[in-house]
Amino acid sequence: MSVTREVTALAARPAAPGDARRREGARARRRRVLLWIATHALAVTLALMFLAPVAFMALTALMTDEQALTSELWPRSWNWGNLTEVFDRSLLLRWAGNTLLYAALGTLFTVVSSVPVAYALARFRFRGRRMAFLVVITTMMLPPQVVAVPLYLVWARLGLTDSLWPLILPMVFGDAFSIFLLRQFLVTIPREYTDAAKVDGCSDFRTLTRVVLPMARPAVAAVALFQFFYCWNDYYGPLLYAGVQQDHLTLSLGLATFKAFHSVQWNLTMAATLLVTAPVIIVFFLAQRVFIEGVTLTGVKG
Amino acid sequence: MTCLPPAPPARRWRGEGPRALLWLSPWIAGVSIFFVYPLLSTVYFSFHHYDMYTLEFAGLDNYRYLLRDPRVGVSARNTLWLVAIMVPATVLFALALAQLVVRLKAGAGLLRTVFYLPSLVPMTAGTITFVFLLNPGTGPVDHLLSLAGVRGPDWFGDPDWSKPSLTLLSLWGCGQLMVIFMAALLDVPRHLYEAAAIDGAGPWRQFRSVTLPVIAPVLMFALVTNVIYALQYFSQAMVASRVASGTTDSPGSSFTPGYPDESLLTLPQWLFQAGFRDYSMGYACVLALLLFAVSMVFTLILLRQFRRAGAEEGS
Repeated sequence: MSVTREVTALAARPAAPGDARRREGARARRRRVLLWIATHALAVTLALMFLAPVAFMALTALMTDEQALTSELWPRSWNWGNLTEVFDRSLLLRWAGNTLLYAALGTLFTVVSSVPVAYALARFRFRGRRMAFLVVITTMMLPPQVVAVPLYLVWARLGLTDSLWPLILPMVFGDAFSIFLLRQFLVTIPREYTDAAKVDGCSDFRTLTRVVLPMARPAVAAVALFQFFYCWNDYYGPLLYAGVQQDHLTLSLGLATFKAFHSVQWNLTMAATLLVTAPVIIVFFLAQRVFIEGVTLTGVKG
Repeated sequence: MTCLPPAPPARRWRGEGPRALLWLSPWIAGVSIFFVYPLLSTVYFSFHHYDMYTLEFAGLDNYRYLLRDPRVGVSARNTLWLVAIMVPATVLFALALAQLVVRLKAGAGLLRTVFYLPSLVPMTAGTITFVFLLNPGTGPVDHLLSLAGVRGPDWFGDPDWSKPSLTLLSLWGCGQLMVIFMAALLDVPRHLYEAAAIDGAGPWRQFRSVTLPVIAPVLMFALVTNVIYALQYFSQAMVASRVASGTTDSPGSSFTPGYPDESLLTLPQWLFQAGFRDYSMGYACVLALLLFAVSMVFTLILLRQFRRAGAEEGS
């Protein structure tokens, strides 16, 4: 029900006989216009509040050391050098490299290992299919801290603690959230397509790569993006396994220690924060549709 | 023209069992290594004292200590606060935001992007930014409040305000939920609203009688998953305490988690501290089993929902 359409519809209606009727129509129209303004004003106000943290982050990042210690909001001079100084003062590039390795390998392994599992859960009929799906949901919902101690001991015995491998290697075996999301999408593909491929003599593998995957491209893209962002933003995992040596840290970890080493320099801390946030925002704008479609997929009920 | 008789479905399905097993085997191996084994191992360690070097049978010592440990009460209360206040606040706010955006006639796409974007900001970056925004001396928020003549609280420095401050951070990052709710709201059949309007239902009545019943499954799903995420709440609380207190957390450093005054000490954080900073790994396993039991209760609620949804679909 579009308000503008209604307003024009009201205007186009032949004038009702009598002053009272006309006044009533005008009042209703005015009420609708006021409601329109109120809704949009509220939305714009909220939008400004949502943008404010990022705006203050950017403004503070460009202040001088002294000004960043005051409560002033607008930089007196624009110190673009702060952004380069962050690189000199910390191992930001090194951290970015570690994070990229974790995110890229993690995403690759997750997608390659989760697609077949999701396909089998969505398409094959076998005893225990429901049970398997329930296990996927249970492992997806399991707090990572619950199994942390024994797993840490295993990785320690293998000599792989103090690196990111304990986080990357498990993704070779499939990731519960990705399997869940892909399965939710794959069950919506009509059975006729895969049956037709089978009649034409395609093996399961060929059916998956030639028929199903091209149709499931949005879901695969969403899973890849989500996994990449999950790894990029992960704090708990790297803290547990790679939180000791400065040159093994990831961006999230390094950023959290940054403030402690530059305690009075909010400007540099905000500059580092800005540098960590910027790539994520850029990727979002490049792939906005994939995100929104993917998120919508996570909300489906069954 | 020769026509093959369609194969009886039952026979075709029976043949898919071994293939399914083949396709699922890497995942089954993964679940065994990274879920079943550590879970059983956690139970085993919970009856032992273990500091990574010496393993010593402890009987029920760790469980007895659980009942005496004051930090268990503190962290359980904090986690409960997050479940009871932060989660409903975030879900309701996201729903209200979604309602607002689907109603917009101009600029809906742009505003949806603006509201969604903060949920992508890396968690550490967002938390540090909020500690800065709410910093009493230099932060813009207290500055703006003082312009309005209000003396702002100490936010992340005040035990009474630290959890509400994290709630603000959580509201700011509710974009994913908002997008999910928007999709659900757009699924509500339009003619139901028109019928309700003809019957004279006001906006609130329309929401209660038309919107709510249709989006109830999605709402319930969001609520339960977010409760489970709140039980795991770790990183934001950890980073906020760390940055607000100006200390680093590395093994051996004197970082007391939960600054200020253990008000941000959540159950997973206490588990992490006990196991990986104090190296009381047996006791950490008891805490892990406690966390597992609580989150399993909510996971079972979620599984029941899935079963119901599955039954309706008839799959």
